[in-house]
Amino acid sequence: MNAPHNVLDVVKVNKSFHDPVTVPVLKDVSLSVARGEFVSITGKSGCGKSTLLYILSTMDTDYEGELKIDGEPTHGLSGTRLAEIRNEKIGFVFQFHYLLNEFSALKNVMLPGLKLARKSAAEVEQRAMELLKDLDVHDQALKMANQLSGGQKQRVAIARALINDPLIIMGDEPTGNLDSRNSAIVFDIFKKIAAEKTRSLLIVTHDNDFAARTDRNIVMDDGRVLL
Amino acid sequence: MRLLLDISFTLLRAKLKQSIIAAVGVTFSITMFVTLLGFMNGLNDLLDGLILNRTPHVRLYNELRASPEQPIDRATDSSTYNFVRSVRPKSELQRIANATGIMDALEKDPRVLAVSPRLVAQVFFNAGTVDLNGQVSGIDVGQEVRYYQFADYLVQGAPHDLASGGNNIVLGKGLAQMMAADIGDVVQVTTASGDRTLLRVVGIFQSGIADYDKVQCYASIKTVQKILGRPSTYYTDINVKLHDILQAPAMAQELGARFDVDAIDVQTANAQFETGSNVRSIISYAVGVVLLIVAGFGIYNILNMMIYEKLDAIAILKATGFSGRDVQRIFLSLSMIIGIFGATGGLIFGFGLQNVIDSIPFVTQALPTVSTFPIDYNPKYYVIAVTFALITSWIAGWFPARKASQVDPVEIIRGK
Repeated sequence: MNAPHNVLDVVKVNKSFHDPVTVPVLKDVSLSVARGEFVSITGKSGCGKSTLLYILSTMDTDYEGELKIDGEPTHGLSGTRLAEIRNEKIGFVFQFHYLLNEFSALKNVMLPGLKLARKSAAEVEQRAMELLKDLDVHDQALKMANQLSGGQKQRVAIARALINDPLIIMGDEPTGNLDSRNSAIVFDIFKKIAAEKTRSLLIVTHDNDFAARTDRNIVMDDGRVLL
Repeated sequence: MRLLLDISFTLLRAKLKQSIIAAVGVTFSITMFVTLLGFMNGLNDLLDGLILNRTPHVRLYNELRASPEQPIDRATDSSTYNFVRSVRPKSELQRIANATGIMDALEKDPRVLAVSPRLVAQVFFNAGTVDLNGQVSGIDVGQEVRYYQFADYLVQGAPHDLASGGNNIVLGKGLAQMMAADIGDVVQVTTASGDRTLLRVVGIFQSGIADYDKVQCYASIKTVQKILGRPSTYYTDINVKLHDILQAPAMAQELGARFDVDAIDVQTANAQFETGSNVRSIISYAVGVVLLIVAGFGIYNILNMMIYEKLDAIAILKATGFSGRDVQRIFLSLSMIIGIFGATGGLIFGFGLQNVIDSIPFVTQALPTVSTFPIDYNPKYYVIAVTFALITSWIAGWFPARKASQVDPVEIIRGK
């Protein structure tokens, strides 16, 4: 299956916040992300880059315009179907780790894989261990999530994003809450993923050094894509 | 679904203390529900048994009444009224005609459990200078012991003493006390027609209803026929016990018409007991259900709290591919797990508490057959309790679960 289409196609997306007065946050945003591309989005605080990212992640459905993920139009799909798309095709890394504290690091990584249920629990566990090993946190696998350090948590979260071999990994300031050493580690991990050329990355960041080292940097200002 | 249950259990373990408190609420209400209903129905059965055990399901008898067709009616036509009513009731009318034939027919009826004849005589007991009013029932002792728990109410003496024939009598306890009569004493009985007989006391009987015990006595049928000077086919009552007590009203009508006698069923004769039992049952159910609803609020509160604390977790689950429905199922399962554990505990504790109550001594003059508080261990109450508990947990879980399913992950993730 040589997918001819882009991983992500956005055509003329508009969005406004209505509370308390109508404020447009995204204005005719159009962009595409090709397979294997490492793309960053930068822009000033409040320019709408995070808002755009959450629309792209299918979690925010309150917008006008068209969004295709892997060629599939998402507008009007049911919440359950969108959840399936997120589960299968999108890996998400947040600024604040966002692991489930009640579960071990390993279980956190496994959960989306178990949800997808394409592999047996044993296979998912094996894959999760491999990912943790790749990210050098396998010795923390059985610790509870809240016993890990910030850098470790973010690496576990990246492993979780990778568990279902998604088409695209989205990050919302994934290094924003990390010290420079850990930021470098996370960036290297992203770089490694991008180098494999099988998964695209779309990272929202305000770190210009980070953005400069990606394949393509999309700059946003006041709800518009500048570059 | 197994994955969702697994997540539910993990979330529960993380909030073990609150979850246990919620489950204890359910346990408490189920315990009380089961105990209350078991105890209340034990009492109901006991009180009903006081009357119903010794009451036939259908009683065939002849009511004393004046002849409905007076001789003068035959002489005049129906367009006039007659006020002359000269033919009074005859005592012979109390006898059930062809009683043996009726009994034979009843024995063959598949609905009938037992048929026992009775013969009731109104008598006076001569105690010194006082004549005490009394009623001697002639009974078939074997049948009465088997089907009407006669032996349970004999506080002194044994049923076979009565069955062995001879001029023997069992006195009601109140009557025996009034006459200062004890086992082995001889009492004198005078029938309404003036015949006197000497009878030996072989037992004392206590029904639990004091007025009844001051009047009622038992003797064998033969003895009573002898006292009254009647032949051996003279019976005044035929008592019928059915396999299914609910058929009694219909059977009474049918038998009354078929044998041309009066027939009364137990439900009609003791309507007040039915009413009392029903009211007590309704009250216990109402209290039990209220307890369960309170427990339901407990679950509701704790789930609401949990959802508030777990907004992050819900957002992550949704971001990583769990749908709103999955989240709803997770929290609904949480509620059901609490409900199931609570209910199981409640059943065990309820059974325990029932046993405790069952072993508390309860001795009263009025109830000669019981020595401890009565408990009805009917599994029906356990089933009802569990069903109610699960329905309550489901409803209590449904609202918070739906709220959880509607959590907008973007709001939570961006709001941080």
